[in-house]
Amino acid sequence: MNLPLVIELTILVLAAFLGFEVISKVPTMLHTPLMSGTNFIHGIVVVGAILVLGQADDTFTKIVGFVAIVLASANVVGGWFVTDRMLEMFKRRPEPKKEEPTE
Amino acid sequence: MISDPNVVTLLYLVSIVCFVLALRFLSSPKHARRGNWLGGVGMIVAIATTLLLEGIGNWVLIAVGAAIGSAVGFVGARKVKMTAMPQMVALFNGVGGGAAALVALAEWHKTASPGGSETVSIVLSALIGSISFAGSLVAFGKLQELVSGRPIVFPAQNVVDVIVLAAAAAFGIAAVAGASGDWVLFALILLALLFGVMFVLPIGGADMPVVISLLNAFTGVAASATGFVLDSTVLIVAGMLVGASGTLLTLLMAKAMNRSITNVVFGAFGQVQAGAGGARTDDGRTVRATTPQDVAVQLSFARKVIVVPGYGMAVAQAQHDVRQLADVLEERGVDVKYAIHPVAGRMPGHMNVLLAEANVPYTQLFEMDEINPEFAQTDVALVIGANDVTNPAARSDTSSPIYGMPILDVDKAASIVVLKRSMRPGFAGIDNELYLDPKTTMLFGDAKDSVLKLISAVKAL
Repeated sequence: MNLPLVIELTILVLAAFLGFEVISKVPTMLHTPLMSGTNFIHGIVVVGAILVLGQADDTFTKIVGFVAIVLASANVVGGWFVTDRMLEMFKRRPEPKKEEPTE
Repeated sequence: MISDPNVVTLLYLVSIVCFVLALRFLSSPKHARRGNWLGGVGMIVAIATTLLLEGIGNWVLIAVGAAIGSAVGFVGARKVKMTAMPQMVALFNGVGGGAAALVALAEWHKTASPGGSETVSIVLSALIGSISFAGSLVAFGKLQELVSGRPIVFPAQNVVDVIVLAAAAAFGIAAVAGASGDWVLFALILLALLFGVMFVLPIGGADMPVVISLLNAFTGVAASATGFVLDSTVLIVAGMLVGASGTLLTLLMAKAMNRSITNVVFGAFGQVQAGAGGARTDDGRTVRATTPQDVAVQLSFARKVIVVPGYGMAVAQAQHDVRQLADVLEERGVDVKYAIHPVAGRMPGHMNVLLAEANVPYTQLFEMDEINPEFAQTDVALVIGANDVTNPAARSDTSSPIYGMPILDVDKAASIVVLKRSMRPGFAGIDNELYLDPKTTMLFGDAKDSVLKLISAVKAL
């Protein structure tokens, strides 16, 4: 799948605008989960690591690819679980105010 | 095996849509978690598609590497304390950037100077990825306090920085111009790593929200560049989404401090400034210390209290106790709200996460612009471990280093109680005029300790 460079650049620029649009709607309150969520998303580089290691036939590439896989999968798995843990904590007040203590 | 390239592209498109929706769902805490699950689905689709591509082998190596990485990531994610979240995010930024640089290195080794746009992409991916990797590790070290949180400076630092970066770029240009051999990229990566270290070292702890956001953007852009190398749409788009997000956050954080990004990066802000504003305590006004009992009375008989948390609360891990104090006060009919400054803490949204961890409903957390008009009708503003973001000098004193930074209008409240460890100046190294305000009283001590004392004092009333 060899796309022409200009098409890739078009995709890149559109993705940048899309990113700005979507992210500007994220409330300040959720900025830390946003950071760890985007952390998780840039773990997509694991796809690159798989391509490199999966096609490696010399020792150098295998070593480099292996380290890349380790780093990228730590990124993906860690990023996802941290984000999930954080988002789980954001709750509304469970019952109406003052009537009874919250816990 | 998937052999049709169109099917591959379409499956990657599914992942892209999932990632975009994951970010879209973050617009409200109500469905944010569902969004993250969707992002997870997108990632699984992308990984599965890649594994099923024709010509992918070395299964054992892939499986072992993925298992090691996943185990480390999983345990780290489970074990990390919420107060340590900034360093965790820095670390994940770093490993992502490192992986991007390694992929670039492997591609360079394989194709040996492919020339043209592919070389440009390899160079960018290696350069930005390495800077992000090294910079993030230093940021991690600073946040974890393995390295001093204060700026580390040496003479002509900015000049040396520029030389190192220029040297790295020179190797990049050489690569594009046709130089070949692994050493070209090795040299580039080493110099980029060095630059990454030197660029974060002089940046102080309170500027970390800007730096972490910036490194986040770097890693995203590096991943995107990797996408150009490998002709992978999902990498290009997902990387750029992160790049856009990091850039936006960086701009927001810099704006919240009224500083330019270059000033944050090259200003070595927060060095111990000899004598800056030191003479102010001589004008006859003095700091008034108070006792937990007095504050307890003040709080219990208030109609409205606004809590202003800062990094001091995170350091003391006092968030749970702060919520308990708020609970006790609410039982007495006091209206309690929280005012969150955008750069309070060490990363964007740091305070929100801590308070959420302590089960404070997010409906009680207010942003600066929302809450500022309310201080005038507030009986007590309770400042817990926040300093520079409450300094009225930012509004009035043109000579102050933080002049022009938007602050929480804490000084407009009827009375102010500041919980603080000592009279040591805050991160900016300047005195806080708020403490000399006749309406202000200071409760000295560790934030957690003080809050616990306040809880029992309020209960004893």
